[in-house]
Amino acid sequence: MLQDTTTSRMKPAIALEGISKSFPGVRALSEVSLTLYPGSVTALIGENGAGKSTLVKILTGIYQPDSGVIRVGEAETAFPTALSAARAGVTAIHQETVLFDELSVAENIFLGHAPRNRLGLIDWKKLNADAAALLLRAGADFDPTIRLRDLGIARKHLVAIARALSVDARVVIMDEPTAALSHKEIHELYALIERLKADGKAILFISHKFDEIFRIADRYTVFRDGTMVGEGVIADVRHDDLVRMMVGRSVDSVYPKKEVGIGEPVLTVSGYRHPTEFEDISFQLRRGEILGFYGLVGAGRSEFMQSLIGITRPSAGAIRLDGEVLVIRSPAEAIRAGIVYVPEERGRQGAIIGMPIFQNVTLPSLSHTSRTGFLRLANEFALAREYTSRLDLRAASLDQDVGTLSGGNQQKVVIAKWLATKPKVIILDEPTKGIDIGSKAAVHAFMSELAAQGLSVIMVSSEIPEIMGMSDRVIVMREGRIAGRFERSELTAEKLVRAAAGIEAQPEGRAA
Amino acid sequence: MAHAQLSPRNIPDRLQGRGARLLKSWEALLVVVAAAIFLGNSLASPYFLDPWNLSDATFNFTEKAMIAFAMALVIISGEIDLSVASIIALASTAMGYAVQLGLDTPALVAIGLGVGLVCGAVNGLLITGLGLPSIVVTIGTMSLFRGLSFIVLGDQAFTGYPESFAWFGQGYVWWVFSFEFTLFVLLAVVYGVLLHKTNFGRAVYAIGNNQTAALFSGVRVARVKFALFLMTGLMAGLASICLTSRLGSTRPSIALGWELEVVTMVVLGGVSILGGSGTIPGIVLAALIMGMVTFGFGLLNVPGIVMSIFIGLLLISVIALPILWQRARRRLSQ
Amino acid sequence: MTAKLLKNREILLVMAIMVLLAVIALRFPGFVAPANLARVYNDTSILIILALGQMAVILTRCIDLSMAANLALCGMVAAMLNTAFPGLPIPLVIVAVMALGGLLGMANGTLVWKIDIPPIVVTLGTLTIYRGLIFLLTDGKWINAHEMSDAFKALPRQDLAGVPVLSWLSLVMIAVMFVVMGRTPLGRAFYAVGGNPHAAVYTGIDVGRTRFFAYCLSGALAGLSGYLWVSRYAVAYVDIAAGFELDIIAACVIGGISIAGGIGSVAGAVLGALFLGVIKNALPVINISPFAQMAISGTVIIIAVAVNVRAERRKGRVILKKAEAA
Repeated sequence: MLQDTTTSRMKPAIALEGISKSFPGVRALSEVSLTLYPGSVTALIGENGAGKSTLVKILTGIYQPDSGVIRVGEAETAFPTALSAARAGVTAIHQETVLFDELSVAENIFLGHAPRNRLGLIDWKKLNADAAALLLRAGADFDPTIRLRDLGIARKHLVAIARALSVDARVVIMDEPTAALSHKEIHELYALIERLKADGKAILFISHKFDEIFRIADRYTVFRDGTMVGEGVIADVRHDDLVRMMVGRSVDSVYPKKEVGIGEPVLTVSGYRHPTEFEDISFQLRRGEILGFYGLVGAGRSEFMQSLIGITRPSAGAIRLDGEVLVIRSPAEAIRAGIVYVPEERGRQGAIIGMPIFQNVTLPSLSHTSRTGFLRLANEFALAREYTSRLDLRAASLDQDVGTLSGGNQQKVVIAKWLATKPKVIILDEPTKGIDIGSKAAVHAFMSELAAQGLSVIMVSSEIPEIMGMSDRVIVMREGRIAGRFERSELTAEKLVRAAAGIEAQPEGRAA
Repeated sequence: MAHAQLSPRNIPDRLQGRGARLLKSWEALLVVVAAAIFLGNSLASPYFLDPWNLSDATFNFTEKAMIAFAMALVIISGEIDLSVASIIALASTAMGYAVQLGLDTPALVAIGLGVGLVCGAVNGLLITGLGLPSIVVTIGTMSLFRGLSFIVLGDQAFTGYPESFAWFGQGYVWWVFSFEFTLFVLLAVVYGVLLHKTNFGRAVYAIGNNQTAALFSGVRVARVKFALFLMTGLMAGLASICLTSRLGSTRPSIALGWELEVVTMVVLGGVSILGGSGTIPGIVLAALIMGMVTFGFGLLNVPGIVMSIFIGLLLISVIALPILWQRARRRLSQ
Repeated sequence: MTAKLLKNREILLVMAIMVLLAVIALRFPGFVAPANLARVYNDTSILIILALGQMAVILTRCIDLSMAANLALCGMVAAMLNTAFPGLPIPLVIVAVMALGGLLGMANGTLVWKIDIPPIVVTLGTLTIYRGLIFLLTDGKWINAHEMSDAFKALPRQDLAGVPVLSWLSLVMIAVMFVVMGRTPLGRAFYAVGGNPHAAVYTGIDVGRTRFFAYCLSGALAGLSGYLWVSRYAVAYVDIAAGFELDIIAACVIGGISIAGGIGSVAGAVLGALFLGVIKNALPVINISPFAQMAISGTVIIIAVAVNVRAERRKGRVILKKAEAA
């Protein structure tokens, strides 16, 4: 970790001042400022919904700020298009890298600015040679002519970095870059970041893993509810300071957990296995319990849940629900048995955009509202009314297209849909991802409510505060297997992180 | 933003009354267009308003409309079936062959419908069973089915259909209302109920808007889609019975190019080619419009191929105009 | 290594064609005589040219159902030009109809780019409009062989170094497309736009404009094919090449060009067309009625797309470390 005392005297690579951005119903950013210095790593910290991804989209020219100024060097500028941001030297590396699978690594690096020969045609020899050189600078040594599709996610990141180097980026934004990386790959990434710093790049590092932040960052900026609540030099803060800035209130009120009497096992899963995604998954879920599933992105949690409800076929495994053996081959069967899944990707798997709210809510329950197979709108509206009001949905009418709602409200519709099926077990996959703090708290309160009513809840989450705040027990998955089981009483963030990443215990007192 | 909520929020079911929703719809536009064409035709030709002529006019669209109803559901679900005309050809060939074997009308009807169902099942299996893209699969089966007809018939024709068979395509149920027209009305009602009033229809819309989310919500996507392709096959079989009966003969080139006309009818009817939206009343109106245009042009002795220019232009403008209108509105409001 | 080779679509196609030829040669060794193979290639030249154009369009995630109608209209115009101005040098006629074809393609491209109408709807519409225009131009009359000048009819047949001009033209087009697809930013943009249109924007590629150019290209090639068709068959009328759009798409699908965009190659399109060409020319030789051609094409398309989809399907998410090596 670098001592960084010189940035205050340095010229910023890029500065955002007083940036605000609103969407219908949501104020994503309020007058935030952010300054990035060359040769320096700034960590951007904040909970989901704090405004980080909106800021990144403004930096990369996808969104336009409603107000505020962007300065590159000294000059005031704007990024009306993604291309203009790229031309100004801003590049971003996301979790799912945005590249072309069917093209070669070298072509991905140079697409849009390939070297040409005298005839104006693409000079493949030079392209491949230059690509190889850039890959070396990025710390990679694989063949640039292979198809991008054949690489793992860690190497795709390196290709993205090589691309950033090829356009001589001055600002490199890394959005949760270590999410799917192995231990060794993470260390290689740290080395790469040091090299980029030496090259004079300004790096914005978005992460919620404190050990990483303290290891690699020089400065920090904390967002909460769309505003900047703190910034400074990493050397001057401790974990707790950052957590307090991030959350802004005691954990309890965001994670309102009721004390609930936990009953008998309701669901028993034994030996669930899939040829490529997970194996040896066995656990029990008790009535009234909230069971948290923690792990890094790509650990296999969602894949397992989707297998449980019948989206994919397991190669082995058994389930018992309320003592009865179950075989689930399709989501319809899972729903009938009383196990429902609120998916991780709200827009793609949860809400049907283009259809009205009430139709979204009643879709799995049509055989109840319309027993004869003929639609009964009165019943449908009644069902939708009941469950959307329980979740305090904010919408103009139930007939409204669900796509016009904010993220938080869409999530409420999805949850309402599943509650309307009167399930026994409800699986929530990243239930508060990307929604505002207000809706987050509502979802959590509701979860507690459900547990109190005797439902059993499985919550898949990658947010430590959420896992620790809401779970009665936690199962940690890593690389498709169970890597740890913890009771609420023995939970610490460190144990969770260690189990999820598979790293050894660190000696105490290295936080500052 | 403060979150305290003391009483449950009351969200109204709908904001707009039924009347307002109807007026703003695509179907309303079609009614206007249909009325305009009706008026134009009546003014252009004195023969247009004669009831028997109008009845004759219906033959221009009834067979295609039968298929269009089923096709609409397929397109709403996000797929397409370009093999329908070829299914007509194959079903007709099978019926013609049966006639040569001496089979009588009931058997012919069974064969026509049966072949349609089998072809639909073939499509359905390839698309839902193997997960192949419907556009390419049905281009393939389009060649295959009609190709089989060519193998059987070459450049010959089957004739000699029994007299009772002619009733389907040439007979009348009451006064000017032909069997085909009556069938058209009946199917419009059946499909209208199926798409708009049943759980099945709701599932079709869900699949078309977001297949993944529909699957996650317990919709049996593969089953629904398979059923949809079976239905287009069946409707093509039914249309084949009507058409063959009307023509009194079978050639392998029967109904050549009809798949495009059916798709045109469906898209004109307000069904988005991308899936997820559209209505049966829209299809009915589109069928009427295309029928009237064809008939009107026919009365003016315009050759069929020139008519198809008009249909092509109509198709493109009908899709383009709302888009251009929206853009103009947005620019004006800025 | 062998497994990887086998997965290469182009190699598979070459092998399939070899097998086909071998089977035919068993009964009719004369079929695989070089002179006959050259004849088969010549016969397939028009389909090759058209498949190259369709390939560009499909790569960008669009489709062009109007190519055959475009071909027919341009062919008719070529014949009309020739009957009206018999002295006009044929290369000029060719340039004129290529330009016309390009314009017709531009119409498609503009509707897709500027008005955002789905390609299938656009080309369904233009397909009927272009065919109808032929009728309007000629009032349904045919232009027959005796009305065309000798030069007009002779050009494709002319022998240059033992190879007819028709074959030369398709070879030239293959070479041109090879360079365009492999060595120009536009060609690479076709792949990028079809592979990941969202990401393409970030690299500065204008998705709509790239699609527009793909349609211009397919239109121009259809225009060229129009002249070649009417001069080769020495006749021009409304219905020429009716249904040919299916063959063109079939050639592309067989050639491994994915309907989802972003995947495909010049070699694939050519081999796909050759595959169909061999079948078409072999049928009369092995005594299968030419009427069987349609059914065979259809079956081949279905098999080809099934193979395509299996090849494109990802392995599935691999999370277990031990499964990674598999």
